[in-house]
Amino acid sequence: MNGQGIGQILVWCAVLIALAYPLGLYMARVYMGDRFLVAGWAGWLRWTERGFYRLIRTDPKRERDWKAYAKTLLIFMVLFWLVVYGIQRLQAHLFLNPDHLQAVPSHIALNTASSFITNTNWQFYAGESTMSYLTQITALAVQQFVSAAVGMAVLAAVVRGLARRSTKELGNFWVDFYRSMVYILLPLSLVLAVILVSQGVPQTFGGHVSARTLEGVAQTISRGPVALMIAIKQLGTNGGGFFNSNSAVPFENPNGLTNFFESISILLIPAAQIFMFGKMVLARRHAWVVFSAMFALFLVGVAIALPSEQHGSQVLRASGVNITQGHGQSGGNMSDKEVRFGIANSALWATATTDASNGSVNGGHDAYTPAGGAVPLVNIFVGEVIFGGVGSGMYGLFFYIVIAVFVAGLMVGRTPEYLGKKIEAREIKYAAVGALFVPTMALALTAASVVTHAGLASVFNPGAHGFTEALYAYTSQSNNNGSAFAGYGATSFSASLGAVAMLFGRFAPALAALALAGSLAGKKTAPASAGTFRTDGPTFAVLLIGVIVLTAGLMVFPALTLGPIVEGLAH
Amino acid sequence: MVRDLRASVVAVVVVTALFGLGLPALFTGFSQLAFKHQANGSLITENGRTVGSRLVAQAFTKPQYFHERPSATSPAYNGGGTTFANLGPTNPDLAKGVKQQAAAILKLERPYNPGLTIHQIPVDAVTTSGSGVDPDVSPAYAQLQAHRVAAVRHLPLPTVQRLISQHTDGRSLGFLGEPGVNVLELNVALDKETK
Repeated sequence: MNGQGIGQILVWCAVLIALAYPLGLYMARVYMGDRFLVAGWAGWLRWTERGFYRLIRTDPKRERDWKAYAKTLLIFMVLFWLVVYGIQRLQAHLFLNPDHLQAVPSHIALNTASSFITNTNWQFYAGESTMSYLTQITALAVQQFVSAAVGMAVLAAVVRGLARRSTKELGNFWVDFYRSMVYILLPLSLVLAVILVSQGVPQTFGGHVSARTLEGVAQTISRGPVALMIAIKQLGTNGGGFFNSNSAVPFENPNGLTNFFESISILLIPAAQIFMFGKMVLARRHAWVVFSAMFALFLVGVAIALPSEQHGSQVLRASGVNITQGHGQSGGNMSDKEVRFGIANSALWATATTDASNGSVNGGHDAYTPAGGAVPLVNIFVGEVIFGGVGSGMYGLFFYIVIAVFVAGLMVGRTPEYLGKKIEAREIKYAAVGALFVPTMALALTAASVVTHAGLASVFNPGAHGFTEALYAYTSQSNNNGSAFAGYGATSFSASLGAVAMLFGRFAPALAALALAGSLAGKKTAPASAGTFRTDGPTFAVLLIGVIVLTAGLMVFPALTLGPIVEGLAH
Repeated sequence: MVRDLRASVVAVVVVTALFGLGLPALFTGFSQLAFKHQANGSLITENGRTVGSRLVAQAFTKPQYFHERPSATSPAYNGGGTTFANLGPTNPDLAKGVKQQAAAILKLERPYNPGLTIHQIPVDAVTTSGSGVDPDVSPAYAQLQAHRVAAVRHLPLPTVQRLISQHTDGRSLGFLGEPGVNVLELNVALDKETK
């Protein structure tokens, strides 16, 4: 067994928890507008914050109800969509284009704009040969900050809805947005970016290098302002890299150390926000229970992916080459994986990046073994709630929590309560829409893509694996993950269908979560009684896992049998 | 509505200017001052000529050099167009590619390493890397090639093996990641040794 690899994974888990817990408490203080932000060394930050509010003429103390909050957010996103689309189409005529790249084709630009404003970062293009430096930094990387901050803002509003009583107000969108950007994402990204650039991730506007190799052949080496983009790509659950092969490329991820911090960053904020929530609603034990449930699901993924990849694919096992770990190699399924990461760090990354809605990769998921590739697929399909996206993971999880509480209420025979609030028909409706809309859409779009000639044109691999490519593509885009079985090709059909998936997949659950929070904020809280189902014990953790597995797992199972399961049975 | 629209327009402009231009410009300036070599792509220069980057694989076909892993980019080892091969675990094309690559390795190495069989070829030698420009091979694959390189260069085998271990990047901090042999740096060192 892979002892060294498992050791690395255990250290990784310990560091993740050690960083996520204090970060979560800090984030809670940021959104509660704690005094520390006003005083001392951070005073000047407060000054720039006031400047921002003055510039956009908002009164930070004026809070809004869920509808007004959602309206502001949607208008903001529509404008940014236009900007991202426009810059891609005009990049040939703009500055910072040292490699003289042409305008991005309209269907790719449409897909990419939808992809980046929704925190998906699905990439139907090869970054280094399609996007100018200007597009990368002002259109795409800005969205990696903005889309993350918008998700976090929505979560802050939703958590306030759970914490408050008898009110309509959830908060001020601009305040939550600004604080997410400046007090959370910016400092974390700068720290990670400095680590990355020190280890060899480029940060230059110098354009590509023309080298003459040792054997005297010309070689083009693309570079760019990479490090800062990779930092926010990892921290903001974005996942869209500078280069086509993402964090498998040494210029994005040069060694074991960068891989460690980049993969920790995938789950850092999503894990922290559970503790943030616990502090804001004064339910720390409940937060630990939720964290444990999610962590258990994460470990199950690793425990399946790691041995599957180490065991190797059918083709490699049959080939006769040496796939045994040890004696100077990590062995296993090294197809589309990098030597410096080996099997353990690749399997860990693939699990983390799909538990969170990150979607960055350090190896090609298309080449994973049937079981190893099914883990990311199922992780995404359950709705990006196993930690999930920044903001979106936690507010998505509330749908399942509410359903779990409801199921428990049915069993006990009482009106279900959550955090002292009665869960009634209206809340269940919002939660059901939030939990079921996206997986239903993912299956419908997959079906549409495999029964049409236009859809089938995108499939790359033959047989059952080709179906898995399509299923993965629409599951990933609908759930705003962005990782791919990357053989799946861009056509105007698949690009447009994907854009629809990403936009609805982002905003339908966000609106449902805000509506749910708005409804809960208006309720009174009642003290817990002997008949209240407790949400701060292990029973609830088991129930929550059960609800997630039954709701999403059963929806994806029939599709799994057509893809990875058939493939796994093949020789 | 108008209020929101106006606020959004201003916010879009401010955020794009600060996070899209100001921040990258400042951070690039910092990187160029503090980490000039790394920030410009860890380039390797020999006799005034840029021969490549330590982080980008390049094509080696001559027998006196250590060879890289297979690459799916076009042309192979394209530092301007990274890609996966995307061949699924049961794809017949994957089987074909692995078989061909293994046969090519046996043909190349056997004259210098007579007992070599396919069972001794490490898996990274016959599989494409994720990036197509993986700069490393496994220590096992480097050892396999050492016999050939030593014979063609008329160097003692221990000398070549010493160079391999000198250019093996161990795990970061001793425990993160997997060891890999940086092929370009190793070949540069070999050229110096032979001179």
